[in-house]
Amino acid sequence: MSETKYIPKSKFGKWFDSRLPLLTLSHHLTSYPTPKNLNYWWTFGGILTFCLMTQIVTGIILAMHYVAHTDHAFESIEHIMRDINYGWLIRYVHSNGASMFFLAVYIHIFRGLYFGSYKAPREMIWITGLIIYLLMMATAFMGYVLPWGQMSFWGATVITNLFSAIPLIGESITGWLWGGFSVDNPTLNRFYSLHYLLPFLIFGLVVLHIWSLHIPGNNNPVGIDVKKNSNETMPFHPYMVMKDLVALLTFILIFFGFVFFLPNVLGHPDNYIPADPLVTPAHIVPEWYLLPFYAILRAIPSKLGGVIFMFASIFILMALPWLDSSKVRSSSFRPIYRKFFWVLVFVVILLGYLGAKPPEGIYLILARIGTAYYFIHFLVLLPLLGRYEKTDPLPMSIADPVLHKPGIVDKFKEMAGSYEGENVGTFK
Amino acid sequence: MTKKIHTKRRDFLFTATYTIGAVGVGATIWPLIDQMNPDSSVKALATTEVDVSNIEPGTSITVLWRGKPIFIRRRTQEEIKEASEVDLKDLKHPEKDSDRAKNPEWLVMVGVCTHLGCVPLGEKGEYKGWFCPCHGSHYDTSGRIRKGPAPINLEIPKYEFVDNNTIKIG
Amino acid sequence: MLVLLNNFIKKIVILIFLVGFNGSSLAEESKIEFISTDWTFKGVFGTFDRASLQRGYQVYQEVCSGCHSMQHLSYRNLYEKGGPEFSEKEAKAIAAQFEVTDGPNSEGEMFQRPARLSDKFVKPFPNVKAAAAANDGAYPPDMSVLAKARKGGADYIYSLLLGYEDPPSDIQLDDGVYYNKFMSGNKIKMAQPLLDGAVEYADGTQATEKQMAKDVTTFLVWAAEPHLEARHKMGFKVFLFLIILLTLVYLSKQKVWSRFGSKNLEEEETFDKIEKAVTEYEGEDPKTFK
Repeated sequence: MSETKYIPKSKFGKWFDSRLPLLTLSHHLTSYPTPKNLNYWWTFGGILTFCLMTQIVTGIILAMHYVAHTDHAFESIEHIMRDINYGWLIRYVHSNGASMFFLAVYIHIFRGLYFGSYKAPREMIWITGLIIYLLMMATAFMGYVLPWGQMSFWGATVITNLFSAIPLIGESITGWLWGGFSVDNPTLNRFYSLHYLLPFLIFGLVVLHIWSLHIPGNNNPVGIDVKKNSNETMPFHPYMVMKDLVALLTFILIFFGFVFFLPNVLGHPDNYIPADPLVTPAHIVPEWYLLPFYAILRAIPSKLGGVIFMFASIFILMALPWLDSSKVRSSSFRPIYRKFFWVLVFVVILLGYLGAKPPEGIYLILARIGTAYYFIHFLVLLPLLGRYEKTDPLPMSIADPVLHKPGIVDKFKEMAGSYEGENVGTFK
Repeated sequence: MTKKIHTKRRDFLFTATYTIGAVGVGATIWPLIDQMNPDSSVKALATTEVDVSNIEPGTSITVLWRGKPIFIRRRTQEEIKEASEVDLKDLKHPEKDSDRAKNPEWLVMVGVCTHLGCVPLGEKGEYKGWFCPCHGSHYDTSGRIRKGPAPINLEIPKYEFVDNNTIKIG
Repeated sequence: MLVLLNNFIKKIVILIFLVGFNGSSLAEESKIEFISTDWTFKGVFGTFDRASLQRGYQVYQEVCSGCHSMQHLSYRNLYEKGGPEFSEKEAKAIAAQFEVTDGPNSEGEMFQRPARLSDKFVKPFPNVKAAAAANDGAYPPDMSVLAKARKGGADYIYSLLLGYEDPPSDIQLDDGVYYNKFMSGNKIKMAQPLLDGAVEYADGTQATEKQMAKDVTTFLVWAAEPHLEARHKMGFKVFLFLIILLTLVYLSKQKVWSRFGSKNLEEEETFDKIEKAVTEYEGEDPKTFK
């Protein structure tokens, strides 16, 4: 990297830094050059770090009071909600925090899709990010089981039964997952253990994610390479830190709106009914953030097929840097891809809506169309677009594209006109 | 001149932001700490009633109150005499026996050594009271520290006789 | 070819949208409108009506508690802040009306004693199976978090209590099954619990069916969410604080960014460029302008 080498000023600093280069690291993080044209969609990395830390801190606290036993889990949650000092606050932050975490991660992912942040040389950022996302889903799923309500129990039953679709070994795998013949106390215990472990794996992967980001540096809304340490970049601190803080506080405002005024609106009422292995709720639905995958699962008429397509819908994203062969990153210069991008957004939201509906009639048909489009988008449209799409000309520098904003030129013309007293519209 | 005012306002803005931000961080941390304090269900477990009708003089029982052992001893006349005749000057933590046992026949104490929290053994030690095996503290028949590292006498909980046979602790 | 594709996509989007819209409007049809009333606990500043909570407890105690447990509540909750706020003495007296099993005593036997504030609400049945057996196979659900465990919450419970009707002629009801507009499937095993004058309110309020339904629902909402008032209060303060902090941080950010040039850095550079172009075109220095 072209960054200047950092040398601590004090003697102790030099001694310390040559043995454990924490000062160099912190210098690197603060002076890390970021493109100056990053917009607010680029603040979600910071927001996600906040989400992860919030979940870990509140989670550790909840673990101090929670009892991972089928006879006591539900009761211990009520104990937290009623008796523990600020227990209701900490639990609502944790449960709504999971939803907010996913909200932020979806915006983060779609930002990457729109601006082509997954393309060379940033493939590893994209892939580590997807692994984080997978681990997040596993963690959230297991966390949802812990209150041992009806949705916990039946969600666990349905999801673990997915593995029974695997030919030959499916049955043994479900038995192994459950530690018994059905979802029961051993299952709850191991889910609790893993729910506690996985966030720290996520944390480790976040370090790798950021590390792999700091090698090539940030992508930007224009999508062209910026010259580091030029007037096209600004140091991360204080510029991006301040911008991230503005975004983070706005995010927290929405987050706390849920926590304080709508704490249960994102959850399902059935999860306030203690788990009953004899009675299945009328509609089993996962949390909202898993609904698109649930829709894909049910859209496929075969059990094994559904499972394969559901997992494929995530793993296909890992191949995205190679499926999308266009050299242009930002959608701003890809007129057709841009349209397909919004279609994809629409389809994913539609699938989410369908995931909450019973898989019958028009819902099922739409889910099949949506699923088909999802795969066509990545497997057919993107490779074709890379070859045939006529992209708009790329600017030379990230400062250029505003030239194309008609408003500014008009403004100038107006001012110039008042100065010259004549029409300068012919200029240029 | 204008530049100076400009700088001043900037400084004020940053100071205000830092200050308000620090208040926010502080206010956020409090619930995270307070959640470890005894919760309302624990605090509500204030009282225990004990039936003492079956305790003979010279014997004692141990009951659980707030997760701690409570020694209830029906003392013999000898023990009472011994306890009340001690010269207060000889005591590390001077307390009259009559202040410790409202009804001299009954001694009610928290059975936790005031040194480091072990449970002392009854009718042991050099003063025939209690003896803590952990670090060798000797208590007399009134539960007062006489020898060893413990700094103060065994604690007397709040208690009252509901009737002749029942003690309410707490 | 791409233009064709483009139009094709547009058509698909419109089609999906239309069909999806129709689909969702189909689903709306089966939705039942719950009866609502002026709940004091709704909204950002919502609080409970203490008198209503106290009456609600009375209704629960005299009407519901014969079958429905409330195992997550303790008698102390009745005097704690944010709830019915009976006095401590009243709460103690309420608790003392119930017998709880304690023990084992020094002989190793369980014994009965009057309940204390720290005890949980005494259950009408020892376990779920006993409760179901005594109620013709239908388990009367525990009411501790009932208001959060039903879609529609307070409105649903209120509606259900007022939703008993004579069945339409085409519906045959078995013995011990009743018709209720708001129960899913319209069949309910609980007989209409609230009839005018079922309880006699201590504060002289007329015990109409509606009044009792409102009071007991308020009580159940509090039981499910005992810290609702604290939550609303804290939420308001937190919001006020966050808005102030956000404003300050935003202003600070603007200040910091202004160091780097204008906040519209790009715009400024554009002007520079245009200015330069104009200079070249005009062959003179337009700096004097403005």
